[in-house]
Amino acid sequence: MISMKNVYKKYPNGIVAANGLNVEIMQGEFVYVVGPSGAGKSTFIKMMYREERPTSGDIFINDINLATLKSKRVPYLRRQIGVVFQDFKLLPRLNVYENVAFALEVIEESPKVIRKRVMDVLELVGLKHKARMFPTELSGGEQQRVSIARSIVNTPKVIIADEPTGNLDPETSWEIMKVFQEVNNRGTTIIMATHNKEIVNTIKHRVIAVEGGLIVRDEAGGDYGYES
Amino acid sequence: MAMKARTLGRHFRESFKSVGRNSWMSFASASAVTVTLLLVGVFVMIMMNLNKVADDLEKDVEVKVLVELTADEKMITKLEQDIKNVKGLETIVYSTKEEELEDLIKDFGGKMGLSDQNNPLRAAFYVKASNPQETEKLAKQIDQLPNTYSVEYGEGKIDKLFSFLNLARNIGLGLILALLFTAMFLISNTIRITIVARRREIEIMKLVGATSWFIRIPFVLEGIWIGILGAILPIVIVTVLYINLYELVQPYLVGELFNLLPLTPFLFQVNALILLMGIFIGVWGSFMSVRKFLRV
Ligand SMILES: Nc1ncnc2c1ncn2[C@@H]1O[C@H](COP(=O)(O)OP(=O)(O)OP(=O)(O)O)[C@@H](O)[C@H]1O
Ligand SMILES: [Mg+2]
Repeated sequence: MISMKNVYKKYPNGIVAANGLNVEIMQGEFVYVVGPSGAGKSTFIKMMYREERPTSGDIFINDINLATLKSKRVPYLRRQIGVVFQDFKLLPRLNVYENVAFALEVIEESPKVIRKRVMDVLELVGLKHKARMFPTELSGGEQQRVSIARSIVNTPKVIIADEPTGNLDPETSWEIMKVFQEVNNRGTTIIMATHNKEIVNTIKHRVIAVEGGLIVRDEAGGDYGYES
Repeated sequence: MAMKARTLGRHFRESFKSVGRNSWMSFASASAVTVTLLLVGVFVMIMMNLNKVADDLEKDVEVKVLVELTADEKMITKLEQDIKNVKGLETIVYSTKEEELEDLIKDFGGKMGLSDQNNPLRAAFYVKASNPQETEKLAKQIDQLPNTYSVEYGEGKIDKLFSFLNLARNIGLGLILALLFTAMFLISNTIRITIVARRREIEIMKLVGATSWFIRIPFVLEGIWIGILGAILPIVIVTVLYINLYELVQPYLVGELFNLLPLTPFLFQVNALILLMGIFIGVWGSFMSVRKFLRV
């Protein structure tokens, strides 16, 4: 379970990107985070895996308070959360297999388990046949699927994705949503910031709308609510 | 940072792979190490031999004390005792005037019209100071004793030799240190270029939950391999160079006061030094350059 209490974030340049966020997300929920550009969606997401630290307020993920978590403990937090980035963030010198395996090597999993789990998730995202290829040899959609495979390979309880379909054509976006849906069906919480109106309005889930660092709307099975 | 053995194995594999996949950068870094170690190796070779020569010469600095012709046996025994009482004395050897003559004749190949009857030479004591640099002081004190005719030693020459050798040693040491610093700067710069290129990678690794040590160890291992690669050529060159030099020069030094360092253990020592320095430079370089980017 994730909860934010009076979370406030002021960047060093004075911009306030979170202006008192209060939210609770239950285990197994699927949540869209929507809002205009500059609304504070990425900030909201980044604070959940401690790429950014709140200026004040508390953020709990399963009883760990991210606001006070020591830097040394951050790697251990990140192992419990799968993060999918808009720009994929794949390691360029590792091939597809190695990129996904990295998330398991970090937790010192045995090579046998690593091989099985990596091949399983590559199968799930439909990239088993491209395991030996390098990120530069893949299309954007394929890279995003590798990034998703890496985020789910150690079966985290929560997956956080910042515009995972932002760089993709509609068809690929739908394929990626299928993967997320599949993972969510297995009980994983999914929090996804997006500008994709079709997806939000078609695959109905809870919608949290952010504007000016504030949550202005929070409804189960809501609409995207903006013209895009 | 308790770590499973298989993770260490993983770090070894990663570091090998990384050297191979960045072959161009690895080559550049290893070359920087090679140039430095070659210079340092040749330098150490020269310095250690200079030291050896200096030591050999120091050991052989003798004072020759000539005895008055008028001195009888008793006076000579008394003089020997007096010399033995001078502080800082190491050895003393007595040589009668007959022995002196024999030595002289031997040196000139026996072609001298001198015989025991008209031996013009004096008996002598050969004296060494326990600290060769104090030879002059010792000689002056002996000169004050009764029944000495004169005291001979290298005088000015010895002083000059010692001050030259001391200077050479200090300059050599300074140069080696300067070289080392240059090398480290060069290498940490080379590695830094690699790391800047990898800065993004390090950030990604952290975002996926890697600890600092998990990221750092493969880089440090990579530094070790590059250090070892860079040390190969200097080791070969220094070895070949010294063996040739030794075989060329040593025959001329037989019977001289000084010698070069024998091939063993000298070559083992120098090569071990080169290897260790290579590893040290590699580790230091990668440690320093990763450090900056791990503070995220
Ligand atoms: N690292 C930063 N330093 C300073 N200001 C920042 C930083 N990151 C974001 N901001 C500012 O904070 C505000 C919110 O940014 P954020 O990236 O959270 O918006 P967003 O909702 O994700 O927008 P988009 O939909 O365009 O991705 C913006 O005004 C932005 O300029
Ligand atoms: Mg954003």
